[in-house]
Amino acid sequence: MSTKAKEILAITIIVIFCLIFYIRKVNGGEGILFSSLVAWLVIGAMVLSLVWILILTIRGRLISRRVVFIYVGIALALPLFMPFTQRIPISPEVRALYNSVETLKPGSKVLISFDFDPPSAPELQPMAESFIRLCFERDLKVIIMGLWPQGPQQANMALEKVLSDEKMKVKNLQYGEDYVNLGFQTGNEFVIQRMGSSFESMFPTDYRGTAYDSLPLVRNVKNFSNIDYSFNLSAGFPGSVEWVQIAVDRYGVQLGLGNTAVQAPQMYTYLNAGQITGILGGMNGGAEFEFLCKYKGKATKFMLSQSFAHMIVIAFIIIGNVAFFLGGRKSALKKS
Amino acid sequence: MRREIPLIITGIVGVGFVIQYFIPHAPFSYMSDWFSDWFSIVGACAIVLGALNLMKMSAQKVIRKKKDWGYALVIIASFLLIVIIGLSEGKDFRVPGTRFDWLYNYMYIPLSATMFAILAFFVASASYRAFRARNFEATLLLVAAFFVMLGRVPVGDVLSGFMPEGWRLSDLASWVMNYPQSAGQRAIMIGIGLGIVSTSLRVILGIERSHIGGGK
Repeated sequence: MSTKAKEILAITIIVIFCLIFYIRKVNGGEGILFSSLVAWLVIGAMVLSLVWILILTIRGRLISRRVVFIYVGIALALPLFMPFTQRIPISPEVRALYNSVETLKPGSKVLISFDFDPPSAPELQPMAESFIRLCFERDLKVIIMGLWPQGPQQANMALEKVLSDEKMKVKNLQYGEDYVNLGFQTGNEFVIQRMGSSFESMFPTDYRGTAYDSLPLVRNVKNFSNIDYSFNLSAGFPGSVEWVQIAVDRYGVQLGLGNTAVQAPQMYTYLNAGQITGILGGMNGGAEFEFLCKYKGKATKFMLSQSFAHMIVIAFIIIGNVAFFLGGRKSALKKS
Repeated sequence: MRREIPLIITGIVGVGFVIQYFIPHAPFSYMSDWFSDWFSIVGACAIVLGALNLMKMSAQKVIRKKKDWGYALVIIASFLLIVIIGLSEGKDFRVPGTRFDWLYNYMYIPLSATMFAILAFFVASASYRAFRARNFEATLLLVAAFFVMLGRVPVGDVLSGFMPEGWRLSDLASWVMNYPQSAGQRAIMIGIGLGIVSTSLRVILGIERSHIGGGK
């Protein structure tokens, strides 16, 4: 079979699967879940096939990258149908962030900056949802803004999801009194700097066009000194670094961070220096936070997929290195 | 004078920025607000300029039938679609339930998420083909990556559950992140900071002139 035919076959299979699941969802069908036996058989088959790839590699036949792609695809997709649960260990930085929110008194004002766009949403949106949920549960007032144009729209999605929960409906939370979305403002780090003297100058109206003065929640919020806690969800520039350098260092804001896994390592320097209260790093950080909030969101659901994907990548690194050492360094290097 | 005036403006604004940062009192605090407002205005104009430039480049590509001109056509069509629908919705274009919101939720989000998700496949493929223990440094990186990748997901603790508390993979990953990784990051950040200071000084003093279109 030619490569083109294989690609068409793979795409057709994926489309058929997507259609089946979509039709089931539209018809209100329950999610498909493997039995434990099937799940273990799938894992066994994957392990055996990896051993076979290892043997092939030792014999000097490096597999093509398409095979690696298929394994990653399987490792990400199949765990979604597996019935396994994992104990999520809580890291000190996530617990510290949770504790800092827990210590806030009811009615405290929390500023959340949504500095990300849809590509980073799988990692950051679950954090946003669980953080907003925690704020509402603890009767904190939420002020939302964004340094990225798509940020406030992501915030709306998170709000919509949280407010649709029965527990939240009972609270009868009102826009403008309990939460507000100030929208996006261009100017990167200068927006933060200007907010140090006047929020209103950067956000004369909210997301819906309502005048700043007409919103009871923010009417008396002049600058950072009226904010009790800040949380930044960031996927790059402008984001966490700018919030730390300006809002924390210059205006003394108490800040917690939610970052993508790629960005999180850079933020550990700020954590160790005591400039931030805690970090939620990547989807794992989101899952840990959900666990502390006693809420099972998307981050928790997808952790099994992430665990499998990490193990597959490690398996391929090991296979590649075995080929490197056993198959002769030079020839392995040449082939790769 | 065509070169001197921009250099003088750059110098004055640069010095002003430095002063207002270290003296946050009147009149310098007003200067800070003034600069911030101006930056926002310039930034807003830059967004429009960037969009128009993208359209110009794409249109040129289509007209001259350059390589992959079909993609440029898709850019133009998508841009016009979003702009026309956004403008037709009025000031509430982002409110849930609007056509713009539908496009954002069901086209923009899945498309951009797909593009980003492809990264996982390339990372795996690149790890298999290039992540080799060629020398001591590469081996060190490989071992650290091994611990962090396993330790940052719950399965790491499942695999190392037999180890005593404090020695499990999640603890090792935390140690790597908090000490060697942090130290390396800090060194890089200090280096970048010093680089920024020296470049800024060159720009403020007029030694570096590439931003006004000239050489040295």
